[in-house]
Amino acid sequence: MSSSVVDHSGLSYCGVSKSFPGVQALKDVSFSAKPGRVHALLGENGAGKSTLLKILAGVYTPTTGHLEIDGQAVTFSSTAASLASGVAIIHQELHLVPEMSVAENLFLGHTPQKGGMVSWADLHARARQIMERLSEHIDPKTKVGRLSIGQRQMVEIGKALSRNAKIIAFDEPTSSLSDREVERLFTVIRDLKATGHVILYVSHRMKEIFDLCDAATVLRDGRHVETYETLDGITQDVLIQKMVGRDLADIYNWRPRQIGDVRLDVAGVQGPGLTQPASFNVRAGEIVGFFGLVGAGRSELMQLLFGGVPRTTGRVILDDAEIPASSPAAAIRRGLVFCPEDRKKEGIFPILSVQENLNISARRSHALGGFIVRDGWERSNAAEFVKKLGVRTPSLAQAIGNLSGGNQQKVILARWLSEEIRAIILDEPTRGIDVGAKSEIYNIIYTLAEAGIAVIVVSSELPEVLGLSDRIIVMSSGRVVESVPRKSATQELLLHLALPTGGQSAA
Amino acid sequence: MSTSAPQITRKARIWNLIDTAGMLLVLAILLVICSVFVPNFFSVINFKSVALAVTTIGIISCTMLLCLASGDFDLSIGSVVAFAMVICPVVMAKTGSITAGIGAALFLGAIVGFVNGFVVAQLGINALITTLATMQIVRGLAYITTGGGTVGILKEDFYMLGTGAFFGIPIPVWIMILCFIIFGFLLGRTTFGRNTLAIGGNSEAARLAGIPVVRTKIIIFTLQGLISAFAGIILASRMASGQPSAGLGLELQVISACVLGGVSLTGGIGSIWFVIAGVLIMGVVQNAMSLLNLPAFYQYVVWGSILLAAVLLDRLKQKQLGRK
Repeated sequence: MSSSVVDHSGLSYCGVSKSFPGVQALKDVSFSAKPGRVHALLGENGAGKSTLLKILAGVYTPTTGHLEIDGQAVTFSSTAASLASGVAIIHQELHLVPEMSVAENLFLGHTPQKGGMVSWADLHARARQIMERLSEHIDPKTKVGRLSIGQRQMVEIGKALSRNAKIIAFDEPTSSLSDREVERLFTVIRDLKATGHVILYVSHRMKEIFDLCDAATVLRDGRHVETYETLDGITQDVLIQKMVGRDLADIYNWRPRQIGDVRLDVAGVQGPGLTQPASFNVRAGEIVGFFGLVGAGRSELMQLLFGGVPRTTGRVILDDAEIPASSPAAAIRRGLVFCPEDRKKEGIFPILSVQENLNISARRSHALGGFIVRDGWERSNAAEFVKKLGVRTPSLAQAIGNLSGGNQQKVILARWLSEEIRAIILDEPTRGIDVGAKSEIYNIIYTLAEAGIAVIVVSSELPEVLGLSDRIIVMSSGRVVESVPRKSATQELLLHLALPTGGQSAA
Repeated sequence: MSTSAPQITRKARIWNLIDTAGMLLVLAILLVICSVFVPNFFSVINFKSVALAVTTIGIISCTMLLCLASGDFDLSIGSVVAFAMVICPVVMAKTGSITAGIGAALFLGAIVGFVNGFVVAQLGINALITTLATMQIVRGLAYITTGGGTVGILKEDFYMLGTGAFFGIPIPVWIMILCFIIFGFLLGRTTFGRNTLAIGGNSEAARLAGIPVVRTKIIIFTLQGLISAFAGIILASRMASGQPSAGLGLELQVISACVLGGVSLTGGIGSIWFVIAGVLIMGVVQNAMSLLNLPAFYQYVVWGSILLAAVLLDRLKQKQLGRK
């Protein structure tokens, strides 16, 4: 690594290891990221990227090894120490206080003050400057709770700017942004690069890596695999192969399937988040993809179908039985289940074990008299699905919160696979999940469809929608625009349909 | 995380042991230490008095366990105990029937619990405020019932419940053991119990997984009221009177016992073994302090310190579970 003249500037990981009870998350990782460059961190979920970032953020302290900033060895024992050294992390899940204004959020923890009093004029002036630098036209007095996800992301970046951070790490920053917002984000990142910041960039979207990044470090199973000082001449296939340690042919692997009669019939459903009543149907064994930009109303529609949010009008009929307007429990009893977009908040029980998470909904049908839990049955059911779906966990008793996103998602899917279901709604089933696990999730989805289940997949990723679906329903600005069969669907067509016609921003 | 053949480290094993049996071990060590160093501690008579002393806390801790496991808590229990304790003798005196007295007290206790549950679960009001309010309302009702004084009990048969014994062990202790078994089974072995833990672990995920969140919470609070009233009836029988000022501060003792045993205040973690350990540790410490003639003022300091140590341990465990 080192030549005769050693360049110490930038951020270096020096032999960093980190272990948790039951899990060795990082093993002796060393690499350097230089100022004025965007350095990608690549690897499947569970490869150790998040742990690397958390060590940088001062959330974890390394078990062995240390960090160096501009040649100085540092170990952050707290997030405050990390912030003070000029580090900012833009997390996948945003850390903003929705009840506070944009300006207050930007300067959270270092609010400008005069003699112990908040100097509001100064605060708002500086906040306005920062938002202008990010080309965001938001009044700094707006409450963050009123902003779109894309705008909140900009506020999060603004927080880093407000602290004059010199090392900025982005963890999956684009996962909930529309294409236009992604472009704006990239402009901002290139600007930061030009001003000599060290930038770490974590993303599963390979196109972004090649568009944006100058260098890349690949991790696998907590180990350093390779660091590329330049991405010139490196292909996507090479990187993916380094990440998974094997070749990935077609990750979608779609095959034609037997498609039956209409199972799920949605007629004139209306409710919060929709601008027009929605009507469509899904057949037995059919996978229907729902595509749209952020804010198109897809997740809202799904919640209305399932009864997670009560519908105001319209009917949802599943195999001749009507799904009640406002009871998830009743929907599940009739065989309609829902895997929410926000896994952590709405899907998993983080402190409960893998076994408990997997069996939570199956209990009614398999418990004695619907009441007394059969422990042995639950254990073997969990063991069977963990094996069948390849869930990587140290044991069935492991708290699910300690697993990677892909493995959490497999457990949630297993929850429904062990039930007798008729239709399933998967909202962003592969969000934040690495390439290898994605392919496994797709296979589980095909298995569901092959069993005659009506499958709805909501996704913001065009290749995923195109690769997975038998039919694609496009939504835009709170209404269903069109239903496109697989064979006539192209990226251009779907995007064209998804763009709001009124010329207004989708956010 | 992605290792295909992961090993469980020794550290993880130790944590698992602490999770499942930690406080029972502490209890065992405590028993040994007290037997050696505290005079008159190691005797059948003393053990009996320890057990009898914790019956009220022990019985109510069973339902508080459910309440805490689901992520809520109930401050009204002390008042419900006092209310049941005075309603039971008053109704008995009016009707001449023990059954009517007990029935009335249980019924009213369940009603208070139901109201708590309905307001918390259905109307979505914070449990702290709700049960703080009912705590005061019910305490007031207890005083109103007796006009402020103590009511005597003249029915000899009724004394049996609190003072009788079976195989040499007082009936209240048998009742406590029965409660441990019933509620241990309910939490650990039934869908109701698993739903309770799931609601405490993540109530939004529970709702979307089809768990009847509102109904489960209402049932938990109703049981809490019912069992608190039952504990009040037993107390009335032991004291041969109904005192509207009984059970002051009981809610904090019960919650302390649960947390001491390892039940999480933030929900999702709980087991009847935690409660048994917590209740008995409290009883043993209390007993040892009395035997050592430790002045009451110092006892407060000891209690506070023990509780603080317990919540610090809870915090450490949460960290291990990745929930910060």
